[in-house]
Order: sequence, then structure tokens, then C-alpha cells
Amino acid sequence: MNTRTGKNAFVLFIHKLGSPPWFYQFAGKLIPWFWALFIVLTLGGLYLGLFDSPADYQQGESVRIMYIHVPAAWMSMLIYGAMAVMGFVALVWRIRMMEILAMSSAPIGAAFTLAALISGSLWGRPTWGTYWVWDARLTSELVLLFLFIGVMALYHAFDEPRKAARAACLLALVGLINLPIIHFSVKWWNTLHQGSSISATGSTIHPSMLWPLLIMAVATKFFYAANVLTRARVVLLEQDVRKAWVQDAIDKKTTPFQKEDSDS
Amino acid sequence: MNRPVHNTSISRAFFALLRRDLLLAFRRRTELLLPVMFLLVVVSLFPLGIGPEPALLGRIAPGVLWIAALLATVISLESLFRSDFEDGTLEQYVISGHPLTVIVLAKILAHWLVAGLPLVLMSPLLAIWMNLPRPSMGVMVASLALATPILSFIGAIGAGLTVSLRRGGQLLSLLVFPLYVPVLIVATGGIMAAADGLPYGAFLGLLTAGLIASLTLAPFATAAALKISLS
Repeated sequence: MNTRTGKNAFVLFIHKLGSPPWFYQFAGKLIPWFWALFIVLTLGGLYLGLFDSPADYQQGESVRIMYIHVPAAWMSMLIYGAMAVMGFVALVWRIRMMEILAMSSAPIGAAFTLAALISGSLWGRPTWGTYWVWDARLTSELVLLFLFIGVMALYHAFDEPRKAARAACLLALVGLINLPIIHFSVKWWNTLHQGSSISATGSTIHPSMLWPLLIMAVATKFFYAANVLTRARVVLLEQDVRKAWVQDAIDKKTTPFQKEDSDS
Repeated sequence: MNRPVHNTSISRAFFALLRRDLLLAFRRRTELLLPVMFLLVVVSLFPLGIGPEPALLGRIAPGVLWIAALLATVISLESLFRSDFEDGTLEQYVISGHPLTVIVLAKILAHWLVAGLPLVLMSPLLAIWMNLPRPSMGVMVASLALATPILSFIGAIGAGLTVSLRRGGQLLSLLVFPLYVPVLIVATGGIMAAADGLPYGAFLGLLTAGLIASLTLAPFATAAALKISLS
């Protein structure tokens, strides 16, 4: 097994991730690192954002909501895209782990969408004078929240988990059309919401504000990674509770495939 | 066992299915009137609830008419696949050997003729009730004519996903309303632009594009949804 070439080893690794006990064990090793990275990056980003970066000359201190609002909004769209891609893979190749990961992503994406909406609303009050306005960006983000909730509702409406996941993944794919609408809404319509200041080629934001923003953006990705892997592990335990590997994991309180000890 | 030989062409199957659905719908004439009555009732509630001031009604008329059309469509969507699912006809369609997308297309067309077209035909009356400005009357009818098929197509995807659920009807509305939002915004935007004398061609163009996109893509999604529901 150890003599496989690099490419074959990688393919084998991907295949092994489709096996529930192997995924459970592997994810269990990754999760603490992801939480640690999330905490470190969040503390650093928030320190830079809340204390070290300047206040805006127009908005004053309230601009600091940006360090929560913008990463949350980015994550809401990223997670929906990831859920749709995982859903596509799950539908086409019938991979159970992909179904579970896609369905585990939905609540996290909904939470980030809600965070973006609420933080944006709180930010709008001092800057625009209103908590809410029905412009294109806010409306399409609200529609994104409804799409997430619809996917979750459809998933929980079925009795059989694999059928439920397939139906919800199809729905997620259909709703994918909303993502370009959100992203380009500030360009296509005259909206109250700020236009895009960050693109792949550069940014108009000053580095002292850009760095905390990017650090928080990376931190949220580690949050998502840790959270989705934890949820997937829990779902695996619930669904496979009658299988031997779960009983082993619970009884022996060890992970499967551990090297045999002399006394076990 | 010999493989079953189907000696009907696809177009024959399409029209046979269309005829069957229309025949079934017309056998229950009273049920045909239900979406129409629902539309009448909902639209008449607005002047009663908000007050009959004509200028106010005229301003909200595009939205009211369109929201009532959305609600009426969602209510009628539940019956798109439900009865066929319950008596096993849907399974027969899936294993019939004909492309499920063509079968779905026939059913959606029948549904629109029965549930969507009456909305379009009734809309001038409702527009008069709601004091819709005269310049936008034509655009309103055009927007309904173009976009109610979109509602049927997108709704069919939701109906396909929820047909096997016991309480699928409530969930269906939650699922399709976010997908209807762009259609609603574009359609009412066009009507309001026409009411103000502004150009409305872009709105109707977008609705046409949406119609073509949903006409070509929704049957595939609906067929996949039905196969999932029946699995």
C-alpha cells in the first residue's frame, strides 16, 4: 500500500474519505486544529479591526461592523455554492458522504446569512438611517436565507435520509441561480448598498482596514470547516448507530482502525 | 420476457397525455373555477382592507395582481402530480420508456392551460377593479401571459420534489416562493414602468428569456425530482 505513486495515493485518499468510519476518524483529527486556527485568527482579526484600524471619516466607529458583516456575507454565498457543488456530486455519483456534508452545510450557511442580515441591519441604522431597505442586495440576500431554510425544510420532511438528501440537493442546485443575482445586484441595479470594493485584481480599501477584513474572512472559513466536519460526524453516528464501527467508537472510546494494543 | 415495444412516437405520447390531463380537468368543471374564484376573492380583499381610494389602489395594483397570481398558481400546483402519484400513474409514466421530460412538459402545459391561462384572461377585469392605470394594461396582460408559464415550470420542480410527502402542499409554497421572487420583481417593474410612461421592453424581454430558460431547463429538473420522489 505504501508503494503507490503520489497520484494514486491521492486518489486513494479521496476514496477513503467516502468511508464513514475512516472519515469519522480523519475528521476527528482535523477538527481541533480548525477550531484553534479559527480562534487565533478571530482574536487577531478582531483586535486589529476593533482597536488597531482607523475609524471611517464618514461613518465613524460604526464601520467596524464591517469586520463581521462582510465575512459573514461572503461565507453565506460561499457555503451555498459549496452546498450546491457537493449536492451536484452527490446526485451524479451517489456518494453518501457528499450528501451528508452538503446537508450539514445548510444550517451553517443559513446562520451566516442571518448574521450578515442582522449585522448589516444594525450597520444600516447609523449609516443609512434605516434598519432595512428593499434594495436589490438586501432582498436577494433575504431570498438566500429563504432558500437555505427551504433546503433544510425539504431535507427534514422525508423519512428516509438518503432520499431526503437527494431531494434537498436538487433544490439547492435549482436555487443556485440566486447567487449571481446577489453578487451582481449592486452592479445591475441602483442600490443603496455599497458597490464592490474588493475584486480578484485589487481593492480600493486601505490596507489598515483590508488586513483585518481578510483575516476575519479566512477565520470564518476555518469556522465553517470545523463546524461542518463536526456536524457530519454527528450525523454519521446517528445514522450508523447500529453498525459495528459506531459501537466500537462508543464502547472502546477509541477511533476505528487504531493499531491493536497488546491487551485489547 | 420480451422487451416492451412502444409503438407510439414521442409526439403522439405528448399529445395523448395533454389530452388526458385536459379531459380529466374538464370532467371536474367546478374545480376549474377554483383558481379563478380564489383570484377574484384575493384581489377584492385589497380594496376592502386598504380602502377604496382609487389613486392608492392604482399604485399598488401591479403588485396586488401579481401576488394574487402567484398565490393562485401555488395553490393549483399541488394537484399537478398528486393524483397521478397516488394511483400509480406517475410510476407508469416513469417506466413507460418515453422521455420523462416530454411527459412532464405535457403535464405542465396542461396545468398552465387550466390554471394559468384563466388568470391571464381574467386580469383585465381585475385591473379595472384595482384601477390600474390605462397605459399599463397591455403590459400587465403581456407580463402575465409570458410569466405564468414560468411560474408553472418552476412550480413543477417544487411539486415534483414534494409529491411524495404527506404535508407537501405547505412545504411547496415555502420552496417555490424564493424562486418566484425574480419573476415578480421583473414583471411588476415592467408594469410600473409602463404606467409611468417609461420604456418597458427590457422587462418583457427578461420575462421572455425566463420563459425560454424555464421551458428548456425545468422539465429536466422536474423529471429528476420525480425520480427522486418515486425512489
